[in-house]
Amino acid sequence: MSRDTALVTVEWAEKNLNTPGVVFVEVDEDTSAYDTGHIPGAIKLDWRTELQDPVRRDFLNREQFEELMSAKGISNDDTVVLYGGNNNWFAAYAYWYFKLYGHESVKLLDGGRKKWELDNRVLVTEVPQRPRTTYRAKEQDLSLRAFRDEVVAAIGTQNLVDVRSPDEYAGRLLAPAHLPQEQAQRGGHIPTAINVPWSKAANEDGTFKSNEELRALYEAAGLDGSKPIIAYCRIGERSSHTWFALHELLGYQNVKNYDGSWTEYGSLVGVPVATGDEPGEPA
Amino acid sequence: MSAAAASGCGAPDQSAPLTGVDPTRETVITGVVRNSTGTAVGGAYVRLLDATGEFAAEVVSSPEGAFRFYAAPGTWQVRALSRQGTGQVEVPATVGINQVALTVA
Repeated sequence: MSRDTALVTVEWAEKNLNTPGVVFVEVDEDTSAYDTGHIPGAIKLDWRTELQDPVRRDFLNREQFEELMSAKGISNDDTVVLYGGNNNWFAAYAYWYFKLYGHESVKLLDGGRKKWELDNRVLVTEVPQRPRTTYRAKEQDLSLRAFRDEVVAAIGTQNLVDVRSPDEYAGRLLAPAHLPQEQAQRGGHIPTAINVPWSKAANEDGTFKSNEELRALYEAAGLDGSKPIIAYCRIGERSSHTWFALHELLGYQNVKNYDGSWTEYGSLVGVPVATGDEPGEPA
Repeated sequence: MSAAAASGCGAPDQSAPLTGVDPTRETVITGVVRNSTGTAVGGAYVRLLDATGEFAAEVVSSPEGAFRFYAAPGTWQVRALSRQGTGQVEVPATVGINQVALTVA
């Protein structure tokens, strides 16, 4: 995977709006933006109601994902182009999710909805109807997904990249600053994790920084490219953005997203937690 | 606090009433984005930067131009990007509701 195959520009998108086999999908946690206007031909995916198990804290299982894709009219051989708001957080999460279930051709629209809007490009309200398909997913590719036990085992031995804001990392805030701060879990970070906020990987218009800038960013933060990498944030969507930068753009081979992230880790009993601005020592 | 804010990371409705927020405990930075003629600018990308200039959060202003952040006491920058231009303002925030006027040009 490389930048050329994983990321498409708004110009590319505009030229391929009607290309057969290319499906644009807007992904958001709050899909009201889609309803007020979206890229022509795009369908919507609701991160909260469609990509999460309704009861347990987990993803759709393989059969549920197959049913979702079939109902949306997405085929195994379609090229899926994902975009969304929040600087593509949820679109990057969906990208990682499609990869997890083995979809061959997935791309992320660089800059997402923000870039498209700021450029004054066309948005429409018509909702396309796509005929049902018979989609077949693969088993989850767990080389992309980290669970809590391997995260604890990675303390002091692998790269842990905390992509939340410095205040969340230090434990001064428990959530991003556009959300109310009531939370049950403890504040802080996983000991030895470096802090590289996801936002450092993006330009102001939501596009990704160049590979040269990204490489310099992570190297300066102390990332050791010879060791596996686990990225996390609060609920796993900002870390999908960083997973995309590290695995898809820069081509690091062993990169996992810890989707349990701080809302799981910060609520575990008996695990070490570091507070303050420094990574801290393995406990 | 809504279920949306509890489980997700997307921005809640920026014009919703501040119910469930304790102004004796939370540090809320809120205001309206306007253009140079004073008209409210909806759909602007409003970001909160910390004292070092580091990104902290971003929301899209409501149709009435409203935005809202939940921060901590300290000095922050609020910056807006819109089709009508950009603007930035410094906010010395304290616990409670901190009102900000932000003009883009």
